[in-house]
Amino acid sequence: MITLLKNGRIYDPAHNKNGVVEDIYIRDGRIVSKPSNGEKIDQTFDLSGKVVMAGAIDMHSHIGGGKVNIARMMLPEYQQQYQNQSQQQYQQQQAKEIKGFSEPEAHICTPHCSHHATPSTTDTGFRYIEMGYTAAFEPAISPVNARQAHLEMGDTPMIDKGGYAMLGNDDYFLRLLAAQKNNGLDQKAINDYVAWILHATQAIGIKVVNPGGINAFKFNQRRLNLDENNVHYQVTPRKILQSLSRAVHDLGIAKPLHVHCNNLGAAGNFATTLDTMSASSGLPMHLTHIQFHSYGTEGDKKFSSAAAQIAEALNKNKHITADVGQILFGQTVTASGDSMMQHLNAKHANPKKSVIMDIECDAGCGVLPFKYRDQNYVNALQWAIGLELFLSVEDPWRIFLTTDHPNGAPFTSYPHLIRLLMDKTFRNEAFAKLNLDAQAMSNLTSLEREYSLYEIAVMTRAGAAKLIGLNDRGHLGTGAAADITVYTDQSDREAMFSKPDYVFKNGELVVKNGSVVKVVWGVTHTAKPAFDMGVEKDLRDYFDRYQTMQLDNFKISDDEISDDGHGRVVVHHKP
Amino acid sequence: MKNLNHNAASLNATCPACGLLCDDLMLSATPELTLQNGCTKGIKFFQQSFKTSLTATPMLNGKPVPLEDAISAAAEILCTSKQPLFAGLGTEVQGMRSVMSLAQKTDATLDHMHSESTVSNTRTMQNSGWLTTTLSEIKNRADVILAIGTDISSSHPRFFEKLVWNTDNLFAKPAPQVIFLGATDSSHAAKAPDGTPPQIIPAQTAQLPEIINALNALLNGKKLHADAVAGIPLATLNALLETLKTAKYAVIVWSAGALKIPHAELTIQSTELTIQSIVQLINKLNENSRAAGLPLNSGDGDSSVNNVSTWLTGYPTRSCFRNGNAEYDTYHYSTKKQLMECDALLWISTFNPYPPPDCKAPTIVIGHPDTKFERMPEVFIPVGIPGVDHTGQMFRMDSSITLPLKKLRDSSLPSPSLPSLSEVISKIENKLIGEVQA
Repeated sequence: MITLLKNGRIYDPAHNKNGVVEDIYIRDGRIVSKPSNGEKIDQTFDLSGKVVMAGAIDMHSHIGGGKVNIARMMLPEYQQQYQNQSQQQYQQQQAKEIKGFSEPEAHICTPHCSHHATPSTTDTGFRYIEMGYTAAFEPAISPVNARQAHLEMGDTPMIDKGGYAMLGNDDYFLRLLAAQKNNGLDQKAINDYVAWILHATQAIGIKVVNPGGINAFKFNQRRLNLDENNVHYQVTPRKILQSLSRAVHDLGIAKPLHVHCNNLGAAGNFATTLDTMSASSGLPMHLTHIQFHSYGTEGDKKFSSAAAQIAEALNKNKHITADVGQILFGQTVTASGDSMMQHLNAKHANPKKSVIMDIECDAGCGVLPFKYRDQNYVNALQWAIGLELFLSVEDPWRIFLTTDHPNGAPFTSYPHLIRLLMDKTFRNEAFAKLNLDAQAMSNLTSLEREYSLYEIAVMTRAGAAKLIGLNDRGHLGTGAAADITVYTDQSDREAMFSKPDYVFKNGELVVKNGSVVKVVWGVTHTAKPAFDMGVEKDLRDYFDRYQTMQLDNFKISDDEISDDGHGRVVVHHKP
Repeated sequence: MKNLNHNAASLNATCPACGLLCDDLMLSATPELTLQNGCTKGIKFFQQSFKTSLTATPMLNGKPVPLEDAISAAAEILCTSKQPLFAGLGTEVQGMRSVMSLAQKTDATLDHMHSESTVSNTRTMQNSGWLTTTLSEIKNRADVILAIGTDISSSHPRFFEKLVWNTDNLFAKPAPQVIFLGATDSSHAAKAPDGTPPQIIPAQTAQLPEIINALNALLNGKKLHADAVAGIPLATLNALLETLKTAKYAVIVWSAGALKIPHAELTIQSTELTIQSIVQLINKLNENSRAAGLPLNSGDGDSSVNNVSTWLTGYPTRSCFRNGNAEYDTYHYSTKKQLMECDALLWISTFNPYPPPDCKAPTIVIGHPDTKFERMPEVFIPVGIPGVDHTGQMFRMDSSITLPLKKLRDSSLPSPSLPSLSEVISKIENKLIGEVQA
């Protein structure tokens, strides 16, 4: 069966195609070159004038696992508003909500906008595909909790999934690192452990959250700076970053170490972020939700934008990539592995409640509901800082569009965010509604840049696929999986990006006019570098002595992911 | 896992008998059932499970019928029902996934058999949040264990052996100091290996709220104008606080089920307030030192059922579907209330042979093969026991860990093995769709 997408305007940055009119042929779920004349075309879509991009890829979105489910469970009052609503109901709800606001919100809500921060797994898949996203990556799988994360992602329809396993606060790793410091153990033991974790947790990348800090919190340390020792292990976050970025590099996996820096959300943390960029000695690192790590201490309120310094450093340090973690105004919930900083921030929770956990000598978590308000000085400035970063980082291949769902805003607000980036007038109108003190502290209106469709395609498609190492996704070349999104070019970019005309998943038409027409199930993307299985001997002893589960039960088999008949594991290798 | 007898007949098993979900059991079935690392509850569970017949047959009004007939009868009851109640829900992840799918199609109400306890914890978490910990953290870090209103070991027998009196730990910590407030150590599990007994502060369950509130007041620097609270000298309470404050990692354990105050008018609310006070105490302690809570669960898959329900609909149980949309109400959707209003009852208990509660509405039981009935239900479909007859996945009490359950019974027997809950539910669902279409 051959499907022809005819005459679309192609935005495919992986092949430098910037709006050229071309045909795309699909056979057996893949993009193929033009068939010979004799071959029958079974189905043709006339896409004259339409914008055609690969399916979008969210490289950082909390879609499954312990803390996401805690967020759902602790906010039933919030869930109630959005439960299983159709898009139309969403809009009605939205309209009601806007009316209910007692203060003007700089977030100009449109009929396409929704604020669902804790969707069920089904809703997650549906809302993503309806926006033309065909893959999302859970960035914070704690290894002991990986089975739950995969169970939830297994129940998420429509899109491909994958995740990054968190290391760097687990006692096994810190023990290795401390031993290395004392005895000069070589890097190999660490590399083997990191590879073993990737296999055991079915992950595609490695993340570190507040390096050493989550562990330090369990020893009653309340803050940890980049060059400060964890009291027990006497190792610094810098040392952890060096070791993990080296392991990721040596193992040859594509995804650079995913780093949530120390001092999340703290005024003045930009200095830590700048220092962190040098911690890997030039090896690739990805700094995630960098907006939350770009704060200065200037002004009367001792809280200011350091976006300019961070953007300048990002422009200079080519080995660093970042995603923004934009905040947008409204109710959401922050779900983080960073128990240390979330405990510190619990007093700002709105509504006032928080779940903090120490987890299995492996990780931690902190879940706090949050309401970002445009009349709040700090929130308003956070909004501006995110946009300043987007507009000041020059290379769209090294900066990614995220709201750190749901921490900055639900992923459903991406179309709104895209409009803010592409439409200077719209952006400045919103800015004018912000808290006045915050306006005075931001240079946002002096930034003239408007993102192009091509740059949006880089950030949300080609760049994301390249970063994660998905060789056959994020582009429209021959051999690519036929994950394709088709939009009507509209000057209202929010309307355009919230409701694609068509979305194809592996060549099948699954969304028409923004609504799902066929339910499909995506795959789970993983990386499985070679390693020395000898590492398991020491690990088995460690599990038997200190953990409360067997090593064999810690490991997740491929069958567990495919057993329900929906999922499948796909292994990616660095080209 | 040292000194294991690895003979060919022994199998590694994960034990679903309590929330500790121990996965270090070695089980051999011949010549008789023996269990290494088993506890009283685990042994009872596996003995009971292995005694069940693999050939138990489905029944309609007490008369044996083929499985297909029982499926049809169940589908018919659910098809005509406007307000079915799915209760019991003694199952694991895979079973609950299928139950949720059927519930959505039949607009059913969902409640777990132990939700009276679970709901108090969930609602506390929803009202104020909490700061909690997990089993391996306790094993390696805890130097003080304060158990409030529970001896822990009757519901979770290996707690002390595995997590408190372990000699191996990561940080060379001393054996923890164990304190019981309002409970006794009847099993002696809490006695240290060197013979040190736990400290026991006696109190009635009904007095616990008063005592915990007094601890909170003292911790917040308030002066109490009394020499004793609920018969406990102030000096004892102050000493307890000092122990908690100076601990490196204090763990406060409670069991919502054991905090039920007898004869209280609003049982759930009073239990919830007690838990809320415990959570406050933990939060306050964490301003200066480290402490964490551990809510004990009640079992029969309660953690699994709540988690699955939450990721599929956004809500834990005591929920219902109306026109396919989920609603959540811990008051209205209780089994007790719904038994009076439902027009069909589907009772599920796969780990234990618990019979359904008395109900006037037509009753379908999908459960343990050895379930004994006072009144035969309209439909009874015996199913395999998860972790014995078929595989599955189960959440541990602390929800952080999900473990695979194994198939232990020989499937090569000549008789057909029992179907799993999810197989039966899927068949009912397919039948239902067929009937609606026809």
